[in-house]
Amino acid sequence: MLDGPDKNNSSLLRLYGEEFSSRLLLGSAKYPSPDVLRQAVQESESEIVTVSLRRESARDKSGQRFWELIQHLDITLLPNTAGCHSVKEAVTTAEMARELFNTNWVKLEVIGNDDTLQPDLFGLVEAARILTERGFRVFPYTTEDLGAAEKLLQAGCEVLMPWGSPIGSGRGLNNVYALKTMRNYFPGVPLIIDAGIGAPSHAALAMELGYDAVLLNTAVSQAEDPVGMARAFQMAIKAGHLSYQSGLMESRDMASPSTPIAGTPFFDLQNDS
Amino acid sequence: MLKILLNGNQLETEAKTLEDLCRSLGYSNDKIATALNGEFIPERNRQDAVLTRNDKIEIVSPRQGG
Repeated sequence: MLDGPDKNNSSLLRLYGEEFSSRLLLGSAKYPSPDVLRQAVQESESEIVTVSLRRESARDKSGQRFWELIQHLDITLLPNTAGCHSVKEAVTTAEMARELFNTNWVKLEVIGNDDTLQPDLFGLVEAARILTERGFRVFPYTTEDLGAAEKLLQAGCEVLMPWGSPIGSGRGLNNVYALKTMRNYFPGVPLIIDAGIGAPSHAALAMELGYDAVLLNTAVSQAEDPVGMARAFQMAIKAGHLSYQSGLMESRDMASPSTPIAGTPFFDLQNDS
Repeated sequence: MLKILLNGNQLETEAKTLEDLCRSLGYSNDKIATALNGEFIPERNRQDAVLTRNDKIEIVSPRQGG
């Protein structure tokens, strides 16, 4: 049905008919300077970068300066609807973003709770349906809830983006069991872990579980050295993906010696003692 | 003068349309998008969007995001 993980032939990430060699989607917020953002994007090897829109001020025109920077990075832009709390806000924001960034791709966020920033799944499904009908390609920021995932697919989404943990928390994958279940339940759907990643090891684990890609921002932009951390994530995601393709060993409850027992010196003596 | 709410702030303007307003604010050559009372107004329709008292207008631009 849809493109998804295929251990034998999955060197490229396929999203809505487009192919990418990088499996790291990077956010553009909270960097110490525009130049650090530019270097981090390059070092991460990301081909998709998330952006947003905010009220423009005639006085400082900060949006125009950001546009100058971002349009020269040779990347695919994925605008978000961050901060939207209703279907109407999200739909209008997506429409403004489509005109601003000249793309029908949208990372759809409908926030249900300000403390946890968890998605309002009911609003998310409704907004996804409306936007798909209006020609958008929707990347929904969702949870690991399988029922909501089914509804999002029915609404026209061809990609799902469950959270690892709350946005900006850096806690990694809070519910590995549920994320594994989701991966197994939707083997043909591109799944991207979005939010909560704090360390390259978190991203590697997501990829080892068979996720198609990881979207993160704060873990890189707020690192002591964002450029170095961007590179660390790039390597971790490649390693995690390769390990998934290579097939991890089954874990065991008991120890099992890796060195052959046959021919062990003093074997009889040990057994006699 | 017309009283409107621009990006959450009160403003008095002589602009008759959304296009006039954007021009009067110096956005003619800028990368912006607009909404009027919660509805998206594409660039090509701004000249037809007549402003009335207490209209709520959003003028947005590209920004960093996660």
